[in-house]
Amino acid sequence: MDFNILIGGEAGQGLKTIDDILGKILFREGFNIFSSKDFMSRIRGGHNFMQLRISDQKLYGPENDIDLLIALNSETVEIHREQLKEDGIVLIEGESEVIDGRTILVPASVIANDINPKAVNTVFVGAILKAMNLNLEIAKKVLADNFEEELLDDNIKLLERGYNSVEPIYDNLEANITKANDEIFIDGNSALGFGALSGGLRFYSAYPMSPSTGIMKFLAGQQKDYDLVVEQAEDELAALNMALGGSYSGIRSMSGTSGGGLALMNETIGLAGITETPVVVADVQRPGPATGLPTRTGQGDLLFAINSAQDDFPLMVIAPRDQEDLFYTGFRALNLADKYQIPVIILSDQFNADSSKNIKEFDFDSLTIERNIISSDDENAENYKRYKFTEDGISPRAYPGQFKGETVLVDSDEHDEKGHIVEDAETRIKMVDKRACKIDKLIEEDLQKPNYYGEEDINYLLLTWGSSYGPAREAYQLLKEEDIKVGLLSFNDVWPLPKDKLKELAEDAELVTVELNSTAQFKSLIASETLIDVENSILKYDGRPFTGKEIYQRFLDEVIDNG
Amino acid sequence: MANKKEITITDETAWCPGCGNFPLRKALLAALRDMNLDSDQVAMFTGIGQAAKMPHYINVNGFNGLHGRSFPPAIGTRVGNHNLKVIVESGDGCSYGEGGNHILHNIRRNPDVTHLVHNNQIYGLTKGQASPTSEEYIRTGIQIEGTTAKPFHPARFAVGMGASFVARTFVGDQDHLKKMVKAAMEHRGYALVDILQPCVSFNKINTYQWYSERVYKLDDSYDPSNIDNAFEKAREWGDNIPIGIIFQNEEKIFRDRLLLEDDEPLVEKDFNPKDAKSIMKDFK
Repeated sequence: MDFNILIGGEAGQGLKTIDDILGKILFREGFNIFSSKDFMSRIRGGHNFMQLRISDQKLYGPENDIDLLIALNSETVEIHREQLKEDGIVLIEGESEVIDGRTILVPASVIANDINPKAVNTVFVGAILKAMNLNLEIAKKVLADNFEEELLDDNIKLLERGYNSVEPIYDNLEANITKANDEIFIDGNSALGFGALSGGLRFYSAYPMSPSTGIMKFLAGQQKDYDLVVEQAEDELAALNMALGGSYSGIRSMSGTSGGGLALMNETIGLAGITETPVVVADVQRPGPATGLPTRTGQGDLLFAINSAQDDFPLMVIAPRDQEDLFYTGFRALNLADKYQIPVIILSDQFNADSSKNIKEFDFDSLTIERNIISSDDENAENYKRYKFTEDGISPRAYPGQFKGETVLVDSDEHDEKGHIVEDAETRIKMVDKRACKIDKLIEEDLQKPNYYGEEDINYLLLTWGSSYGPAREAYQLLKEEDIKVGLLSFNDVWPLPKDKLKELAEDAELVTVELNSTAQFKSLIASETLIDVENSILKYDGRPFTGKEIYQRFLDEVIDNG
Repeated sequence: MANKKEITITDETAWCPGCGNFPLRKALLAALRDMNLDSDQVAMFTGIGQAAKMPHYINVNGFNGLHGRSFPPAIGTRVGNHNLKVIVESGDGCSYGEGGNHILHNIRRNPDVTHLVHNNQIYGLTKGQASPTSEEYIRTGIQIEGTTAKPFHPARFAVGMGASFVARTFVGDQDHLKKMVKAAMEHRGYALVDILQPCVSFNKINTYQWYSERVYKLDDSYDPSNIDNAFEKAREWGDNIPIGIIFQNEEKIFRDRLLLEDDEPLVEKDFNPKDAKSIMKDFK
């Protein structure tokens, strides 16, 4: 079973409410669920849509073909008519024009007008559940969780009347209701914020920028329950500099933005590099350059993030593959930033950030915070030197006020072990080398290998970084069903680039990167780091995510047919 | 207290002989010592420029950051550890030019931070271009027939923005300078001290003599809590330049607005990842 619902309408019609409530209901019913969003950069009007894909199998991404189209306006039918499957059904507001016998009218406005004219969306939720032949037991509990008491009774009435306004259509949508017990249904931005909070994040300073703002919103909501400060900075320059000040004072600090904001933060990433101040920055990518497509998705910041700021200094770039990985990356990035005293950039994207799916509950037993801050009995606590030369390049870290009579001095100028400004050639060379060698230890001890899916003996190898993993994983399965000998290598650590598995598999397989950018940036990175020439790239840069079937079809057309 | 460290200053600096930074540093040292502060209790945040080198020449905690960005890291440190006495210090270019946006918004935040601006009305380290506070008629290698913009008036701006403490002083008057630094550090909230100082190498107009002939002290009859007086004094510039506390008003500080449960510095709090586990129920 693989069933795809699309809910479309204008901004301001309450699409998100339908999506949130329906998503949670279907999750609790025990379906596997993948929910993705497509919206325009506007508050009213235009055309927005959400997709809810459900299955009894694990889902990795969205689907293009629609089983059930929920149209809050007639424009939605026009736009998505082509995607409707042959047996697809349209649920549309009552007084609209009827098309070809597959359209079910829902008198949503009439019902809503009796109770609460603004709540057309709850009527639709009722109608959808009836069409799907589900009962209202779980739905009512979800409404109770979502609405204030004074609105709840009305919404339950709206739900029931919507439910009673249509007949059941599908009788084959079976879920495993116990499955939801040890799972959660979470979006990428919340997962990333949650991971960082679990890592002891104390300070998040950012300037609102789509599609990263969800991280800040999630964290802001936790301030009353946790020792956490979320500050909306005056600009991205302030945002990251504030985070560095937090980190300097000894607390875990982070910022988040999208590509344009990362451009503004670039000098400060260099500052984190030379001052060896740990910090984590989330770049939730959208298509650029400049303002680009603010609410859409892309993977165009790979080489930009890796090459952040002028001259050489170590940094790490991690591109989480999905919602689960975003959580663990949020946690891990703070540990790595502290251990190596470097900036760590997390490359997410709008597709990752705004999509939700069911995943296993996070394993808190596996999480250990490692601050790597020295204590007062450490021999380095006396006559403290912030940049003391050590074998692995990592100097003992202390924070201001930690030790009586000791000061902590950090400097954006080249500096000596104490942190004082210097210009002599000898110290300059030693300091550059000290900073650089930290990355050797990181590669040795902490670099995460890419995940490999496939057999030993393959003809083709799909290469993904970040969120393209999901759709590529689905394509990989479809290709295997066609007896194509294909493997999938999914990277989350992209800088430094883990090379071993890639080199091993590249010997006998034809390579194909799958990327949401126009120049195959991952292919360039692989070439510059390994001298391996990737033969093919399946690229997309229209601001929309891949689907599994799309990659599958393009693989057949562009890789196999051309091969 | 065997290892208690007194705040001291270095012999070596990169400043020109006769630079206004020397008397400024001397007064700062005297103020910090008067307040019985140890070196580890003070954190100084600077940007780029000759003034911004201060943490290399006085042994307190120091964050010598980017040009224009002296202020934002200080906010992060106030979040992490409010027990530190925080000073933001830089020149007029760094503070009022490159970092202009941060002053504006930190006046709004009103953090408990002392902001010392070395205002010599010129860019020193880049060898004598106009600064935001340069007089319009100044001629430099770049501003060959004067500047293309009117000067920025820090006191007017700060009083106009509702800064909770605004003072002006002059490096030629050590006692006054020290008094202003101390008053600013004792003020709970944002305290701007605009410090007039000559640049002996590049500013041939605003010299010791130029300032000495013009500055006059606000006397005891002046009430700095009166905003109307403050607007009047903040506007005065030219032949008569008032120095002293122009405006002072105690109000809510940045930290008062945070949603923190208690007064223990965040840096001293423990955390276990499992403390966050219950958030999962929001996603069930």
